[in-house]
Formats: sequence, C-alpha cells, structure tokens
Amino acid sequence: MNGGDEVVAAPVGPPQPLEWKFSQVFGERTAGEEVQEVDIISAIEFDRTGDHLATGDRGGRVVLFERTDTKDHGSSRRDLERTDYPIGRHPEFRYKTEFQSHEPEFDYLKSLEIEEKINKIRWCQTANGALFLLSTNDKTIKFWKVQEKKIKKISDMNLDPLKAVANGSVASSSNSVCSRSYLANGGYPDRSSNDFSFPPGGIPLLRLPMVTTHETNLMARCRRVYAHAHDYHINSISNNSDGETFISADDLRINLWNLEISSQSFNIVDVKPANMEDLTEVITSAEFHPTHCNTLAYSSSKGSIRLIDLRQSALCDSHAKLFEEQEAPGSRSFFTEIIASISDIKFGQDGRYILSRDYMTLKLWDINMDSGPVSTFQVHEYLRPKLCDLYENDSIFDKFECCLSGDGLRVATGSYSNLFRVFGCAPGTTEATTLEASKNPMRRQVQTPSRPSRSLSSSITRVVRRGAESPGVDANGNSFDFTTKLLHLAWHPTEHSIACAAANSLYMYYA
Amino acid sequence: MAMIDEPLYPIAVLIDELKNEDIQLRLNSIRRLSTIARALGDERTRKELIPFLSENNDDDDEVLLAMAEELGVFIPYVGGVDFANVLLPPLETLCTVEETCVRDKAVESLCRIGAQMKEQDLVEYFIPLVKRLAAGEWFTARVSSCGLFHIAYPSAPETLKTELRTIYSQLCQDDMPMVRRSAATNLGKFAATVEAAYLKTDIMSIFEDLTQDDQDSVRLLAVEGCAALGKLLEPQDCVAHILPVIVNFSQDKSWRVRYMVANQLYELCEAVGPEPTRSDLVPAYVRLLRDNEAEVRIAAAGKVTKFCRILSPELAIQHILPCVKELSTDSSQHVRSALASVIMGMAPVLGKDATIEQLLPIFLSLLKDEFPDVRLNIISKLDQVNQVIGIDLLSQSLLPAIVELAEDRHWRVRLAIIEYIPLLASQLGVGFFDDKLGALCMQWLKDKVYSIRDAAANNVKRLAEEFGPEWAMQHIIPQVLDMINNPHYLYRMTILHAISLLAPVMGPEITCSKLLPVVINASKDRVPNIKFNVAKVLQSLIPIVDQSVVEKTIRPCLVELSEDPDVDVRFFATQALQSSDQVMMST
Repeated sequence: MNGGDEVVAAPVGPPQPLEWKFSQVFGERTAGEEVQEVDIISAIEFDRTGDHLATGDRGGRVVLFERTDTKDHGSSRRDLERTDYPIGRHPEFRYKTEFQSHEPEFDYLKSLEIEEKINKIRWCQTANGALFLLSTNDKTIKFWKVQEKKIKKISDMNLDPLKAVANGSVASSSNSVCSRSYLANGGYPDRSSNDFSFPPGGIPLLRLPMVTTHETNLMARCRRVYAHAHDYHINSISNNSDGETFISADDLRINLWNLEISSQSFNIVDVKPANMEDLTEVITSAEFHPTHCNTLAYSSSKGSIRLIDLRQSALCDSHAKLFEEQEAPGSRSFFTEIIASISDIKFGQDGRYILSRDYMTLKLWDINMDSGPVSTFQVHEYLRPKLCDLYENDSIFDKFECCLSGDGLRVATGSYSNLFRVFGCAPGTTEATTLEASKNPMRRQVQTPSRPSRSLSSSITRVVRRGAESPGVDANGNSFDFTTKLLHLAWHPTEHSIACAAANSLYMYYA
Repeated sequence: MAMIDEPLYPIAVLIDELKNEDIQLRLNSIRRLSTIARALGDERTRKELIPFLSENNDDDDEVLLAMAEELGVFIPYVGGVDFANVLLPPLETLCTVEETCVRDKAVESLCRIGAQMKEQDLVEYFIPLVKRLAAGEWFTARVSSCGLFHIAYPSAPETLKTELRTIYSQLCQDDMPMVRRSAATNLGKFAATVEAAYLKTDIMSIFEDLTQDDQDSVRLLAVEGCAALGKLLEPQDCVAHILPVIVNFSQDKSWRVRYMVANQLYELCEAVGPEPTRSDLVPAYVRLLRDNEAEVRIAAAGKVTKFCRILSPELAIQHILPCVKELSTDSSQHVRSALASVIMGMAPVLGKDATIEQLLPIFLSLLKDEFPDVRLNIISKLDQVNQVIGIDLLSQSLLPAIVELAEDRHWRVRLAIIEYIPLLASQLGVGFFDDKLGALCMQWLKDKVYSIRDAAANNVKRLAEEFGPEWAMQHIIPQVLDMINNPHYLYRMTILHAISLLAPVMGPEITCSKLLPVVINASKDRVPNIKFNVAKVLQSLIPIVDQSVVEKTIRPCLVELSEDPDVDVRFFATQALQSSDQVMMST
C-alpha cells in the first residue's frame, strides 16, 4: 500500500492528514427551502477514470456530471489515461445531463408497489465516446447509453413535402407518403426489385437527401432491461472485470448476468432457507473483485463478509473465505446483532483490501487474513448509549455507505448531521477527520476520533452552534440530528476528491 | 424541387425514406438499398450513396445491422470487384459501434468483400483497414479487427505478414478482456492461413499466452482453439504442444473451463491420434466424468456416446463403463438425465454381450429413476434399444415405467409420454399394445388438462394410422364412442375432436356407419358448445363421405343447427352449409 507522491518524497512516517476544502455544490438548499422527497439523492458513483460522476435519486432520475478541469477533454482515451494532472488543480465538475431511469410501477401479481428510487448506479466500459451505466431500483436493472446525438436537418428530398402540405395537413401528407411507400416497399416487392429497368448510368433525376447537422444533443437511451429475476429488493449491482458480466444481489440471492443478455440470469448464491422461519441472515451488499473475474465478496446482516470463488462451482453456496470478527465475550446485548449488520462493502482498487461499514464502525480487511480486520475505525461509538432511542426511531437500520481513496491510504464514510469522516489507514497514521457537508467542511480533529471537535473559526453552521451550546459528549450526542444523515458518498478514483449527498444536495470536496 | 415521374415515384420515396423519422421506413429503405443503388447507377452509388451511408451511421442498431448486411453483397452495385474498396469505409465505421451484433455483421460483410477483392486492392485498402481497427482507440474496433486477419493475411507481402502476426499477438495481450476473447475466438481461423513455420513459433506462443490468461472467459475460448490448432499441426507437434494444454485445461481451477473441455474432448481425440488418446485423454475424460461440479459432469455425460465411438470397445468397457455406472446413480438429476439421453447410443459400440451384461442394468435403473425427465429420455430412444437387445427383455421393466409416467402428476410429463406412444406402439407391436397400453390411451382422453386430452385425441389418430382401420375398429372406436355419453361436456367435446381426426384415417364407410350417427346424435346436445363443434366436425366430414350422405344426413342436421337459438351455433352451422355448397359446386 504505497501510494501517492508525497509518500515517496517523505519515506519515513505516515502521510500527512489531508486538508479538505470545499469545491462545489449542486442543488444547494436555500434557507428554509423544503426538500422534496423525490429529489433526495440515493446513489453516487464516479466512473473508472473519474471524469464522470453519476447520482441517482428517489424520483428515479439519474444525473450525470462531467469533469471540466482537464483541458484536453475529449481527446483520446489513451491520452487521457496518460494525463498527469498538475498539482494545484482539483477536479471540478459540471452538470452534463439527466434522464428518468425508473418510473414507479405496480406488481399486479403480488400487489406490490415498486418504488422508482435508484438504489445503485454502476458505470460500464465506455465505447465510441458513449457512456454506459447500469442503474437499479428494488427490482429492475437497466443498462443506459448516453451519447451525443447529432440533430439532423434533412433537405433536398425527391418529393416536395411542401406540395403535400398544400394538399392538406402535415399529418396527412406524411400519411400519404407512408401509404405509398408501403405500397412500394411491401405491396409489389418483386416488381420494384426485378421489373424496374434502370438505364446503365442510373437516373440523374433522383438524389439523396441532404443531411446537415448544426448541433448535438445528449441522448440517454435504455439499451437493456434486466427484470423479473429478484423476489426481494436489490441492494447491489457490480460489474465484473471481464467486461461482459455483472451481478445483482437482493436479500437472499445473487444473480449473474451477461450484459448482452437480458432474458436470463444465473443464480450463483442462494441463502434462502427451505423454511423462511429459519432465516437468520440476509445479504446486505455484494461486489466483484476489481481485477479477479472469479472472485466476489458479499456481506451479511450478521456482520460477516464471504468471499466466493466462481471457479469452484456453478452454485456458490459455500464460501472460499469468511471474514468476521469474534464478538468480545460478555458484551452481547439486544442490539449486538443489529449494529453488527454490514451496510456496505467496497474493494480497494488493488483488490487486496475490503472496506466494510457497520452501524458503529468502519473495518478494513485484508483478503489474505481472515482472522480479523486489519483496522477498525470508530464512527459512531458515541451513539452507544443511545442505541435504544435509535432503535425506537429506526435510525439504527440506516445504511451508511463507505469508500476508499484510489491509493487505498484513506477511507471515508457518512454519519448523522450531514457529517462524514475520513480516516487514514496507512500504518502509523492517526488521521481522523470529521467534515460537514456544507460550504465549510473542515473541522479537523485527530486526537479524539469518537466525536467531532470544533474549531473556533468563523463557521456558522448548525453543528457548531449546537456544539458551542452543549460541550458535553452526551449533550452533544443528544443534539445530533438523526434526520439529516449522510448515507451516500464516493471517492474520486485517482484524486483526493469526495462527492457526498446531503439530502438533495451534492457536495464536492478536495484536498 | 424536382418533379418525379409516376414510374419513379416508388423509388423516389424509397430514397427519401432513408432519412424518414419512422425507423420502420428507414429499415425498409435500407433493405432495398440495392434497388436504390441500381436507380442511381454505379458511379453515383460510389460517389454519393456510399459516402452518404458512411456519414449517416449514428442510426438505430436495427438499421445499422441491416446496412451492414446489405453492404456485404453490394459489390455488383458499385461497379464490380474493381471498385469493391469503396465499400470498406462505411463497414469500417460499423465495426466500431458498441452493439455486438452490428459489429459481427460488419465483420462478416468485410470478410465477404475481402474474399472477392483483388490481391493488390487488399494490400492497398483492406490491410490498412485491419491495422487501423487493430490500433483503434475504443475496444470495439480492436474486437472487430480480430475477425479480419484471416482474410488480410494470405495476400500480404512478407514484411506485412510479419507485422500482422505481431499485431495479432498484441491483440491477444490487450488490456481489455473483450479484445482478448475476440482474439482467442478467431485464432483458429487466423492460424489456418499462417505458414507452417510460423504456426509452430508465433502462433503457438500466442496460443500459450491465451491458455494462461487470468480471465476464465478468455481461457475457456482458448479451449476451442485447441481443436482448431490441433487439426493444423502435424500429429507429433500436436502431441507435444496441444496435448499438455488439454490435460491442463481438464484440471483447470475454473469449472467453466473444464466444462468446455468436457464438451469438446472427443474432437481433440481425433487431432492427437489413438495412442495419446488412450494414454492421456481417456484419463482426462474419466476425471471429467467424476468432476466435483455437476455442470461439468452433465457436459461430460452428454458426450459419453460420442467419446466411446472413437475408442475401442475394450477401452470403453474398461474405463468409461464404470463411470457410466456411477453417473447412473449421480446425485444430480440433470446428470442422470443427460446420461439417459445418450446412453442408448453406447449399445452398438459395446456390442450385444456387453450391452446385456453391463448396460442393461444401468438402463433399467434409469428407467426406474425418481426424476421423470430421466425416464422420458430413455423411452424417447426406445428404437435404439430395440435394435440391440430386443423388446422382450425390456417389456417387463418398460411397462411399469410407462404406466407411472402416464399417471405422473405433472401434465407436461404426461404430455411427453403421450408423444412417444406411437413410437412405442410401432416398437412393441400390436399384441403388447393391446394388453397393456390400450387402456392408458383411453384414460388420457378423460384427463383433467386440456392439452393432454388434445394430445390424446391426436394419439388415437396416430395409433389408427399405425395399426390400420381394422384394428382401430376393434380397439379404439368402440371405446372412444362410448365416451360421448360422458356427463361433462368438455369430455364430450374431446370425443368430437377425436372423431374429426379419426374420420380421414378410417375412411368413408366406417365414418358413415359408426362415426356420423354419433355426431348427428350430439347435435341434440343441451350444451351450445357441443352443438357448434358438431357443426365444425360435420364440415370436416363433408369431403370424406359420399355426396348422398351429405344430402341425406349432414345437411338436414346443419340446417336444423342453423336455426338454433344460440348465435355461435348458427354461425358455425351456416359456415358449414356454405362450404358444403362449395363442395357441391365443384363436383
């Protein structure tokens, strides 16, 4: 895990904690503005190069952003791969386009409403300058292509459309042309292909339509719909490194799809017991290894991560490796199992580490070490006395996501009051930063990672005000706002840049 | 705007619709591209139509697919082979689109055109195109390029050949697995055009790289390459280079790779020759038959007959038969089912003695399998069994299996066995049939499921065909006609259906004497559905029976029905009357 340039420059000691700065915000709320439920962001994902960012929301929309600070934008893929971004610049994005990915549906067979909310977005391999991505709601996965389409103007037709207009309405003119053409194309197929005798040089009178293009337009087209394969709610989708398959996971099953075939999928994991009363554990998240096409990991509500090897068997009910932490004896309580449930797992880019998030902690696992996590980061330890309240108001079931930096040296996850936390995971580092999704994110605090400390700087955000009013830990815990939770965030694949969602706003930070 | 004469009007419309907003119309125009080209003449086709198509390539996939297909046969319309190169640019762009089927079609068309092009043009136009695609920015272009090398290579001068081999080997190491997969898929075709000297050096090293790819999806395509390359190499080279790869693959970590080997192993045996087959491939195959993964065993079991055919009977009995015995009690029903569908083919290979001694017990145990598909697969190959051991040995075990399947609670199983009844009848002969199966056939006519009753009616007809009208008079007709008095109208309807099917087989005499009275009687049924079905049946009987019978019996009955209170009955009765009128007119 040797990462960035600064590490090479200073070989002794861990990397310096990052100084996070606000970069951009999209969809910022004005004071007193009420958030519409449908606008709340429910998924964030950078593409492989980091040049694009996609968000999905509860209204079933997908919004795409593109990076603007790379000057050779639009040059070839290989050039882009080689580009070394000069220091001092940070990723900046602009709104690119948006489209309605999912609509609310009703399953008549089961009398179930299917929400349009986007649960996950995953980018696929780009081709021909078009962007491809998968988006899913609870039941249906869709494959989207977003591409610049030329807006065409067609002129110089053989038949004068104006003449037809003179005879009637535009609609009727097109009708008449259509009906004639059907006659020509369909009515006398043999005649026009065989009986037409054309002079050797062709007929000079005929001409091809002129097509002129003035501008282009971004078009999103749904290329494939992968439906009817999940009885329960889909919680994850993940692309395979082989570029032709992906998985989708619901509470009890994981299915394997070929991107080009939407009519069938293969069930590769099924944890459904013969009798549903015996059900003790559900799948909460699943992800393919970034480079090993045959390895995938899934997490469970009991706090374990299973690594499975697709080579072993067609049905991977038995795992290749199991990662779980033995609970400390005597610490068991009513909440033990609930807070152990893993809400998200992510592979690091090199594929050696898996980051998992449960309610209280972030854990980093080395896939070569199944005895326990290599690091554990306390995220919500201060909430432990409050578990009862959190259970009462269902907050304890909130599903926080997590992410790793491209170099694998840092990890991040969200929390309440629109806070998110960044931890260093290189050996020897004590970096632990708490930031708020606002225009003034930086409230650094290294020594006491269990709760955010407050700088005395001029910030006038809610948290600071409250923090000033209630300095005690308990009082501080009380003041946390459980309704504003930062569930979704993503780390730029190559740079220190984080995108996170606070309700309907997308905040971007860099360091 | 030009005025278009009336005869040109359709073609003018066709051209305009190349750019119509309705995709169906664009598709129509593209499919008639040759007509447009002939109307324009070859010079304007080259100078205007083809560039026009090249520029307008951001259409829907369906249109692009049609375009790719049309351009493949377009050489005559651009002025012959001399001008074939003008077709390359539009196809080159189609080779880069992201929809696989369009790319594949464009590659296919390019190959078709390239195969006709003059050598000089290939060097001047085609080979540069292949190189451009292979160096393409997007993986889609590189994927397509792999399928063109076998056309480009033979006409290339020596230096270019070296370059093409180098490029191909780079494609086999591309970052993108999609490109490597395409390179692996096309390796056999390309290798077939490469000189023997380079085959053993360049191509084999490319191949070895592919066999060690860390993507399972690439390795399993390399399995196919084994057979293709094996056929190109001298037997001793094949044993030296391909055989170890096959043996390795048969023990690959990934079950998908082993699955591919299991499917193709018998082809590889031919390439390596008998001795290495005996020493290396038979053990490999035996391992696959005993693989941990059921999918692999399914594939291996499905090939057991084909594999045995290339072995000597002794080898088959010694090595394969024990595995077959194990597979017949495999824990996976799908494995047993795959075995059951091919096992009968082993009988001729093993000879009569070994079959009776070894194969018959396996066969009988599969016939008693708890999983209906297994039993059905055995019964479906009954003709093969009969040839080897004769029906007497089998009939005892066969009958319980058939009876059980006939009464299976899944109607699809019952349906499947009904379909085999005529085959069984022809194999078992009249005597056996009368005793045991006749009752079953009648029972199906009273099945709860319509599809079964329908199939049963058909079955009765096919039996009548098989054994002749006289037999049917004795064994089918009375029982069938008996059921017309069933209290449930749906069953009565089945009988009417059976009658309409039987009548053509039984001939006019029996139809008039036995079948027709029953139908006429049914016209007094209290259920309108029966009555209008009577009308339909009567209509179908008209061509069979004598004209006088039509006049005397059928028409009066139809006339009566045509005055029925029920509208549907009247409709069908009238229809039948009209058709009887037509028959009369024509005679």
